[in-house]
Amino acid sequence: MPNPVLHVENLTKRYGEVQAVRGISFEVAEGEVFGLLGPNGAGKTSTIEILEGLRPPDGGRISVCGFDPRTHGEELKHEIGAALQATSLPDKIRVSEAIRLFASFYKRRRNVDDLLERFGLQEKRNAFYSQLSGGQKQRLALAMALVNDPRVLFLDEPTAGLDPQVRREIYDVIDELKREKKTIVLTTHYIEEAEKLCDRVAIVDHGKLITEGTPRQLKQSSADKTRIEVRLAKAESETELRILEGVSDCRAINGGYVLHCHRAPQAIVSLVKHLEAQGNELVSLEIATPSLEDVFIELTGRRLRD
Amino acid sequence: MSHLATLTRTRVRLALRNKMFFFFSVIMPLGFYFLYCGVFAKGDPQTVKFYLGPVLGLNVMGSFWGLSATLVMFREQGILRRFHVTPVTAADMLGSSVLANFSLTLPVVLVELIGARMLFHVHDLGNLLTTAILVGVGTVSFGSLGLVVASVTNTMQETQVINQLLWLPMIFLSGATIPVGYLSPYVQRVALFLPATYMVSGLQNGIYSNASIRSLPVQLYSLVAWGILSFIVAVQLFRWEPETKIPRNAKLIAAATIIPFVLLGIYEQGNGQILQDARAAFESVNSSDRHKPAEDAKP
Repeated sequence: MPNPVLHVENLTKRYGEVQAVRGISFEVAEGEVFGLLGPNGAGKTSTIEILEGLRPPDGGRISVCGFDPRTHGEELKHEIGAALQATSLPDKIRVSEAIRLFASFYKRRRNVDDLLERFGLQEKRNAFYSQLSGGQKQRLALAMALVNDPRVLFLDEPTAGLDPQVRREIYDVIDELKREKKTIVLTTHYIEEAEKLCDRVAIVDHGKLITEGTPRQLKQSSADKTRIEVRLAKAESETELRILEGVSDCRAINGGYVLHCHRAPQAIVSLVKHLEAQGNELVSLEIATPSLEDVFIELTGRRLRD
Repeated sequence: MSHLATLTRTRVRLALRNKMFFFFSVIMPLGFYFLYCGVFAKGDPQTVKFYLGPVLGLNVMGSFWGLSATLVMFREQGILRRFHVTPVTAADMLGSSVLANFSLTLPVVLVELIGARMLFHVHDLGNLLTTAILVGVGTVSFGSLGLVVASVTNTMQETQVINQLLWLPMIFLSGATIPVGYLSPYVQRVALFLPATYMVSGLQNGIYSNASIRSLPVQLYSLVAWGILSFIVAVQLFRWEPETKIPRNAKLIAAATIIPFVLLGIYEQGNGQILQDARAAFESVNSSDRHKPAEDAKP
């Protein structure tokens, strides 16, 4: 990658007995939206907090905007913006006060009114933090992450705990930032979020980066695992369906059959021929292309929200 | 430096909006003030003047309570984490706590001094420069004590337990509530190990005995040294994250901040100037009290 704005190599982090990050490496290019996707406890937050300079790593090489968080923490902090998990503001701070206070810490500052306008907080500018709804708090967190017009924006689970409608609102905001070519690193355990927002996604589990690529690439890598769900007029033997050409596995589920196919077109042809020979008939057929969730299950053997 | 100024302004504003703060930092000190001056001193100007030092001392020393509680609450709620991703440093954060506390304590002290003159007719408030310097040094030093407490506790409950343990000897043995001269000689010797004793002694000497700050080097420099040591220790032990463990030696380092007063306590056992001053003031106010009924008895 030419001139990555963020470079991580063989990052490790341990908390007592727990090895939270076990040698993660990746790069992020300027203007890219990069997502770390994985279940809770996968090491996403540890990784992102090391990059923000909040925690010291145990090992590995890191460069964020050309700075190593261990040695150039202060310079780094002028260049990044962050919406953290498990954070808060004093109850009695007003919205505009909070933005103004945080803006005052930086050399480069954005206009406070513009930020309020953009994040739909104009009406709430004089409200206390404690009077804001969950969505408004999250919008304020995003506005505050942008006060210094950062080169890299870190969003740690930006929509966790928000209801679906508010989540959409936050997606729109991030989409807009994406159009502005802002470099964003986000963590999430929502497949939808990764697919919708990210240019590139890395799947993280048990402190390791399992695979990375564009959402499309990841799904294509799993394309030979197309799922075909069929309902038949009469029952068939699973073993016989399993040995059909193009089929790698077959299971009877809810009165139908799920065929996992490495070559879907051949599988369909051989299935139809087989049914004709048996005097059986197709009642229905559905082809499911793999989602990122399927990719995740295939690679890790478990669901995202286990 | 600019971070310090903006943070301090915000901290002052937040404190003024907080009802708890208002009660503990304004209502309660003024309550004590009227209790001492109006009830204990029965409004007698000379006795009010005697109690003014201890009352201001209580006010100044109370700083540590609010500072430790606020800092622990900010850490528990993840507020400090948010500041940690900005270029703000631990020294900015702690420095603004101390400065905000100073700005909030000063008006109450002024009200108490003006009240002494207007309401209780104390026409001579002693050496005001001494009072000003000691109030300044005291809020910073006792504020730093609060920051040290916050650095070795994780929850509000723990903080309150330690605060109580520090507060009780500080108010009962230092002369802040019961005059040192009234305590038994054995307890008086214990008092010499407490920073609070030097705080009250300095203020009482300044107000009641009109002592210049130059004549109070022990009180001044011990509090200054302790304040600086405590602040440095608080910066070193500062934790942004609620889940960061307290290092094993942290409690030892925090406890080491009492060293200046252990040494001074030992020295003062032999020197005895602090106790002499306290006893002299106590005897003087008692004898003026004794004259009073005689005057009242005049037909």
